[in-house]
Amino acid sequence: MEQPAVNDQSRVKPKTERTMAKPHVMEEWVGRVFTTLCIVVLVVTIAAIVYFVASRGLATFITNGVSLSGLLSGLKWDPEGEIPLYGALPFIFGSFSTSLLAAVIAAPLGCCAAVFMTQIMPGLGKRVLQPVIELLAGIPSVVFGFVGLSIVVPFLRSVFPGQGIGIAAGSIVLSFMILPTITTIATDALSNLPRGLKEGSFALGATRWQTIYRLVIPTTLPALLTGVVLGMSRAFGEALAVQMVIGNAPHIPHSLFESASTLTSVITLDMGNTVMGSAHNNALWSLALILLAMTFVFVFVVRFLERRNNR
Amino acid sequence: MQATGMSANNLSVFYGEKEAIKSVSLEFAPREVTALIGPSGCGKSTFLRSLNRMNDTIGGVRTKGEIWIDGENINDPGVDVVLLRQKIGMVWQRPNPFHKSIYENIAFGPRYHGIRKKKQLDAIVEECLRKSALWEETKDRLHSSALALSGGQQQRLCIARSIAVQPKVILMDEPASALDPVSTAKVEELIAELKKDFSIIIVTHNMHQAARVSDKTAFFYMGKVVEYDKTDKIFTNPSEKATDDYISGRFG
Amino acid sequence: MSAKTADRIATAVIIAISGIIVLLLAGLLGYILFRGLPHISFHFLTSGPQTIKAGGGIGPQLFNSLFLLVLTLIITIPLGLGAGIYMSEYAKPGKLTDSIRLIVEVLSSFPSIVVGLFGLLVIVNVFGLGFSLFSGALALTVFNLPLMVRITEQAMKGVPREQKEASLALGLSRWKTITSVMLPIAMPAIVTGTILAAGRVFGEAAALLFTAGMSSPRLDFTNWNPLSPFSPLNPFRPAETLAVHIWKINSEGLAPDATQIAAGASAVLIIMVLIFNFGARWFGRYLHRKFTATK
Repeated sequence: MEQPAVNDQSRVKPKTERTMAKPHVMEEWVGRVFTTLCIVVLVVTIAAIVYFVASRGLATFITNGVSLSGLLSGLKWDPEGEIPLYGALPFIFGSFSTSLLAAVIAAPLGCCAAVFMTQIMPGLGKRVLQPVIELLAGIPSVVFGFVGLSIVVPFLRSVFPGQGIGIAAGSIVLSFMILPTITTIATDALSNLPRGLKEGSFALGATRWQTIYRLVIPTTLPALLTGVVLGMSRAFGEALAVQMVIGNAPHIPHSLFESASTLTSVITLDMGNTVMGSAHNNALWSLALILLAMTFVFVFVVRFLERRNNR
Repeated sequence: MQATGMSANNLSVFYGEKEAIKSVSLEFAPREVTALIGPSGCGKSTFLRSLNRMNDTIGGVRTKGEIWIDGENINDPGVDVVLLRQKIGMVWQRPNPFHKSIYENIAFGPRYHGIRKKKQLDAIVEECLRKSALWEETKDRLHSSALALSGGQQQRLCIARSIAVQPKVILMDEPASALDPVSTAKVEELIAELKKDFSIIIVTHNMHQAARVSDKTAFFYMGKVVEYDKTDKIFTNPSEKATDDYISGRFG
Repeated sequence: MSAKTADRIATAVIIAISGIIVLLLAGLLGYILFRGLPHISFHFLTSGPQTIKAGGGIGPQLFNSLFLLVLTLIITIPLGLGAGIYMSEYAKPGKLTDSIRLIVEVLSSFPSIVVGLFGLLVIVNVFGLGFSLFSGALALTVFNLPLMVRITEQAMKGVPREQKEASLALGLSRWKTITSVMLPIAMPAIVTGTILAAGRVFGEAAALLFTAGMSSPRLDFTNWNPLSPFSPLNPFRPAETLAVHIWKINSEGLAPDATQIAAGASAVLIIMVLIFNFGARWFGRYLHRKFTATK
């Protein structure tokens, strides 16, 4: 090592330096190990979920010899029949149609609420609408199911032909449940808009509405879509509220007001009544695997939209 | 308590690819106040923060070169940063007392370093508050929140807090820039007083302040030390033109 | 149509829709409370359910829900704090951290029914814990953990950097800095978030159907020995919670007053959720005042 030119006393070790105890080394170690263990538990949990659901779900195809395309496109679900049939298309259809319809209902409502809170009356929005949305997010799904059963279904029955149960009832209940998700994300996106953007548009003589639909909405579109996809993802995985109002008939309905089923509703109803390891049971796990796969799809769509948004 | 000097030898600091400090060598004598001056973004704060490896806490900062104190190179991989930081106190631009009582703010460090007896802690608290000229103002409310103090008092409390763990060097990053003139004067008085026991390195924007409080001054520009000399010399007869331009207000 | 008219119409529509949303929630709450409140009585809250006769209560279910919530929080809070602190303080930016973040995100969007199925397969069958409160608490932990991690991480990141640096500069270890300086400052946000998360846990049913079970043994509320199978405190007994009970009587309730019981139970559930919501806000503000006291 090169010696310094000047007489530098900072390089001389003082003789009286006492050797310090090092309790902190142990302490750091404990902290690091504890937090790392926690994160490991988290990672192992998700790996275990994917592994176990996949291992049971794939048993249908491996041990019971059902073909994947047969499961995905079969129209008839009769696992206890003389010749068991595992056509899950009615459930897949039910899940997609209810969550899509729910998003179609909730998206405009959520965006309106967001525009109200950020562009039209921020004061009133913060004091009234925002707490309302937060409360809505806190209502348990079984309560939504109960309300659906006692208000939405009778209402639909009196207005439209049929029993009132079905995809329409399911979508309406779900749209309530996902409204907070969509609204919150849309509100965040709209309030993060740079101030100058809007003022520039006003300065050009545009009205507020022109500014909103020509400038604000297009700029924040990816973020708004993120909210809608997250909402759909929640609707897709929701089990009890839908199961309570949809009717649970295992076929593709001819109208929105006819009894139908979703992936989650059939799992909820049948899982308790089948024997672990039986072909029927394995088929239900395959449905759960589809749910799981869709979760990943939704997460990646959201990630993709977020990346678009950040650019 | 024994004050020691510090020295930096060929110290470079990188933010990602950008070299913020370019091979700086400086030596700080014990019981002296050294001021680091220079225009914004010249690297003086970065340099100061590398002296107690505070830059480690921000991601993406890389340090090269040596910093010596008590015969140890701080940048040695084997150095125990926790023990090291006890030797080097620090005071920030904005007062940042802990969200605890006045007493706890000061007792927190010593207690961690092994002083558990209440009597001893009481004595340390009183001594540090006296040294930082806060005792008279706070002795009746030691157990109320430190956040209730005024900005100037908070800053003096932060200084008291840092001397409670008996450092050898105190780093100050523009300690008076967020304070009113009266509080600033008090902090400057305090620095003059503390110099008897500690080596002090102070970053400041205020050249009058540098002239008032420091014994030596280093002028930083674009990540390099342009000139390092006795403060008198720097402010009356600098040898570099850039220094002269800066202190006479022609840029920066 | 002129731009001015369009602007007026659009504004009116947006205000109307926002008003409708508020009215709908008010209607929803009003309906549940209006239907349910008349049915709530001391008897209803304390007595056990009836299978085919009228006059059943929700006492055990209410107790189960609260007990399960406590169990869940005991498991979730340390895990969530630890993992959240890891993410905010120890994780270095890079591929590994990014993938952990992705995992947390995926875990938080898993449908709760899938979490319940996982619980059935692994906790109930493989670990052999059976339908029990403890299995339910573990399933709810899986369901709740990502949220706790996010709450903790954000709260820790909200702590001013100078506070952390001041502690480190005194020669305190990183762990001591985290526990003694940063956590107290982050605490109001963490507590608020935890209470809100607790409200979510309280109302969750899908994850519990196949883990905590859909029935309770005849509980003997004078037996406080946690090892006895009839003791309410035994964590290894099956337990039907309030939310599960609402679902069950709606889909297969045989008692003649099933609808009233569902309404009453829903009202109780909603009131609990409201208490959690307002409690969280109030308590968060209180803690914030206390920790940043300027008295």
